[in-house]
Amino acid sequence: MAEKEKSTVIDVSELDPNFKHEITKEPGGEHLKACFACGTCSASCPVREIDERYNPRKIIRMAILGMRDRVLQSDFIWLCSTCYTCEERCPQNVCVTEVINAIKNIAAREGYIHPAFKTQAELIGGSGRLYEMEEFDNKRREKMGLPKLTTSFDEVKKLCESTGLNDIIQKKES
Amino acid sequence: MKYALFLGCTIPVRAQNYEISARKVAEELGIEFEDLTDLACCAYPMRSASEKVATVLAARNLAVAEEKGLELCTLCSACTATLTEINERLKHDDDARKEVNEHLRKIGREYKGTAKVRHFARILYEDVGVDKIKSKVKKDLSSLILAPHYGCHYIKPSEVYGHFDSPEYPHTLSELITATGAKLASDTPNSCCGGAILGVEPDITLTMAKTKLDAAQSAKVDAVVSICPFCSVIFEDNQKKVAEKFEKEYGIPVLFYPQILGLALGIEEKQLGFRLNKVKPKELLAKVSAEAA
Repeated sequence: MAEKEKSTVIDVSELDPNFKHEITKEPGGEHLKACFACGTCSASCPVREIDERYNPRKIIRMAILGMRDRVLQSDFIWLCSTCYTCEERCPQNVCVTEVINAIKNIAAREGYIHPAFKTQAELIGGSGRLYEMEEFDNKRREKMGLPKLTTSFDEVKKLCESTGLNDIIQKKES
Repeated sequence: MKYALFLGCTIPVRAQNYEISARKVAEELGIEFEDLTDLACCAYPMRSASEKVATVLAARNLAVAEEKGLELCTLCSACTATLTEINERLKHDDDARKEVNEHLRKIGREYKGTAKVRHFARILYEDVGVDKIKSKVKKDLSSLILAPHYGCHYIKPSEVYGHFDSPEYPHTLSELITATGAKLASDTPNSCCGGAILGVEPDITLTMAKTKLDAAQSAKVDAVVSICPFCSVIFEDNQKKVAEKFEKEYGIPVLFYPQILGLALGIEEKQLGFRLNKVKPKELLAKVSAEAA
């Protein structure tokens, strides 16, 4: 795979020294630069245990080095299960789960959002719920003795417009 | 004890047995729930796309609860962590709070920073208390061996939760389970269910789920006890898929803690939503009624 060949050589001219600053400006990304690469995160990670593509220490190292394009265009940043084990155990308080989330947020803005998360964002932006709640569901709930719930939230739609959600998730890959 | 019940997205559509049993148990223990029709998605599924948008949506829910002057009682662990993390950040970050309120103003709301959020299990542990629960037990569940599943977001990030339980060696749910007389299974890890990436790489999720199911099977449990609808979606709804993938047979019931507590409190079986469980807990229920007879 091209990815494998490319991974052996790092071309300095392709590095973006500002990438780390870009990440620390994101909510949750603030402590990125405290990482001293001990690898506690990767050793603790339940996803890493199963799939070698997801390696939080490697992602953070790549980010600090400035390998912006390769990190943002990768498939591996989307594999975090957000269990927070790395975050609990990190001796440098890097807040690894949140750093990975900050990287995902930048990738989303650049047009690389994973389709699963794009769909989730669109569903919430559309009705304020991840799972559609229709009158049928409410009738079913009533039969179970449960109260009826709001099916669609105009306020959430308005807030998604106000925060520019569509611009974030609709951007075409450049 | 009055709280605003925060249901989130998964429970009202996919885990009504959790909701039914939680409401019954609350009633029995003198906990009052108010249903606020303005509470929407917690914003967890928005975080990967945009933490900034998620923050505004979570703050809206928090503002709704603030207006009523009620603490939010969550049933889903992902809702708990999202609302708690964002609440804590906004309380301490003036700039972020200002930015959020600029958006909320457009819908006539304001986040003030007085909101409180706790998971139902934590409320049972802290506000009702293990001793009071013990004193209310009418049916002895000592014939049962149960594996607690804390899930990740009920206890982590431990800092935003004020370290109410240990992220490495949690004990609150275990104590709530033993309060019913049931015994705890030994050696069932509190491993991540993998639910967050089910839509990204289902094979990883199913492999993660196998860790817990294998341990539960080895420990010969009567059920895994969950306090998160999405952990249950993985361990129960997807149990057959895990079994097929790894050529195994499980048949392990995955029950919500309020269903177990409800049995112990003497609430009728049919009022606790067991018919909605995908892996039928027939043997467990037979054991419980035999014990009581």
